[in-house]
Amino acid sequence: MKIYQNLTIRQKQIVWAWAFLALPVLFYTVIRFYPTANAILISFQNWNLLGDRTWAGLENYQKLFADPVFWHVFRNTFVYLLLGTPVSLVVSFIIAYHLDKTRFMHGFLRMLYFLPFMTSAVAMAWVWRWFYQPVPIGLFNNFLAAAGIPQVSFLNSTTNALPSVLAPAIWAGLGFQVIIFMAGLRAIPKSYYEAAKIDGVSWWTVLWEITLPLLKPTIVFIVVFSSIGFLRIFDHVFNMTTGNPGGPLNSTKPLVLMIYETAFSSFDMGYAAAQTVVLFAVLLFVSLVQLRIMRDK
Amino acid sequence: MAVAEEIRASSDTLLSVKSPRKPANMGQFIRWALLFIGGILMVMPIAFMISTSLKWPHEIYNLRLIPEEPTIENYTFVLEDGRFYWWFVNSIIIATITTICNVLFDSLVGYTLCKFKFPGRYIIFIAILSTLMIPTEMLVIPWYLMSQQFGWLDSYWGIMFPGLMTAFGTFLMKQFFETVPDDFIEAARIDGLNELQIWWTVAMPLVKPALAALAIFVFLGNWTAFIWPLIVTNSTDMYTLPVGLSSFGDEADVAWELIMTGAAISTIPTLVVFLVFQRFIIRGVVMAGLKG
Repeated sequence: MKIYQNLTIRQKQIVWAWAFLALPVLFYTVIRFYPTANAILISFQNWNLLGDRTWAGLENYQKLFADPVFWHVFRNTFVYLLLGTPVSLVVSFIIAYHLDKTRFMHGFLRMLYFLPFMTSAVAMAWVWRWFYQPVPIGLFNNFLAAAGIPQVSFLNSTTNALPSVLAPAIWAGLGFQVIIFMAGLRAIPKSYYEAAKIDGVSWWTVLWEITLPLLKPTIVFIVVFSSIGFLRIFDHVFNMTTGNPGGPLNSTKPLVLMIYETAFSSFDMGYAAAQTVVLFAVLLFVSLVQLRIMRDK
Repeated sequence: MAVAEEIRASSDTLLSVKSPRKPANMGQFIRWALLFIGGILMVMPIAFMISTSLKWPHEIYNLRLIPEEPTIENYTFVLEDGRFYWWFVNSIIIATITTICNVLFDSLVGYTLCKFKFPGRYIIFIAILSTLMIPTEMLVIPWYLMSQQFGWLDSYWGIMFPGLMTAFGTFLMKQFFETVPDDFIEAARIDGLNELQIWWTVAMPLVKPALAALAIFVFLGNWTAFIWPLIVTNSTDMYTLPVGLSSFGDEADVAWELIMTGAAISTIPTLVVFLVFQRFIIRGVVMAGLKG
């Protein structure tokens, strides 16, 4: 105590700061940084959990890049991204744009759109899975039957399964994006619109010349945020295709599901770790490319 | 106070109703009608889930949203089975403890990084921020090995330990502590409060809205978390609601109305929280989205 009292105010601050940070620094080191390094290390090893960890060099990566299943999964992962991000971006912008201009029951409408964001992905995956069942069980096919339209095979078709799994993922995230878009729209100064009105500019020009350019930071945020989400899709796929994980002929399998199966069904830890490193690289690459493209524009 | 005022002011522009009101015209009516139809379609999956959970087995294949003879039989059946009861309790315990830990530690770290001058500050900030880029999926294998080594598999601690602090929360709180004037902290120091007291009694009350937003996000995130609880638990008693529901739905011959009941049990609590704290949560989403 005596020593502490003899310290200068600045020195006391340093002591307090490190006292506050001691536990968190330990946490981040042991639970974040060490496992990251360990994952990279394991990706260069052969290990099935029971035996010894043996050095494998680049073997896991060579095996991965020669694996046709991996390339199929890789393609699926990007289909989720390239379908999911633009669709959710455009739909949520259209909703936000019009909701922003609506006064009557505004709060109620906003609640309707936001409600799905508060649901659990697993629960909703099962609800949508039920919707997709053939007659007489599934809701969608029952509606089709009632309207006299031929049945559609959703989850059991190699072409329809992926969009069917993606739909609830887009649906659940839409409300979040709408709210963010509306906040961005409200942040645009009214004076721009007033000036445009005086000049008699059409709403289409206002949208493209004022609203969208000024909304760019919001758009960048939503694109990067939702892209990361779609590249990491797992909960929906896993739960909508249990019993046949990854859908017919792996048609819905994303990278994270492949990682899960390699690690916790085949217990091939080295191979799975190599896949996680690839996932990390993909996420980093896609985020950086998106930030670069959108900054430049 | 200043912070709270600022947040309220900016979010009130989002939440408030604009005036003056223009007379309604046809275009606006069509816009409203389409938005209304879209909104109803958005909640249809939730509505059908709840409606089916209240139906008798013979009724579930008809398309009516309102059950002809509503029953809570499915709920009694599912809860008497016992498993959902435990999964619910597990989920509540895990989400609550994780939320408390995040609120305390993320704000303490955010505060320290924001208000203290000390060697290593910048490095620690960058280090914590960099963990945002590491996907959870990359860490699950090492976490699993760690849990196996220390006997954390199949325990509350095992489910919780990866999420006790988050870089997102730390960054969010740091942003908000920046709006707390240094003068307040200096004044408290002169009054003889120690640094821990200053953080807790002076700084924390000024960022209450941000703390609430953080708490809601962490709770929701842990309530719905799936991949890690799926990996780390292996006895049915330790499952959380999402893991439990997933295994329940996967059992042979489980009726859809029972699966819908399980889904409703795991969804209704967060929906109720949302309906009660609606304005607050939307304000939180905006704050996290813009500042985080």
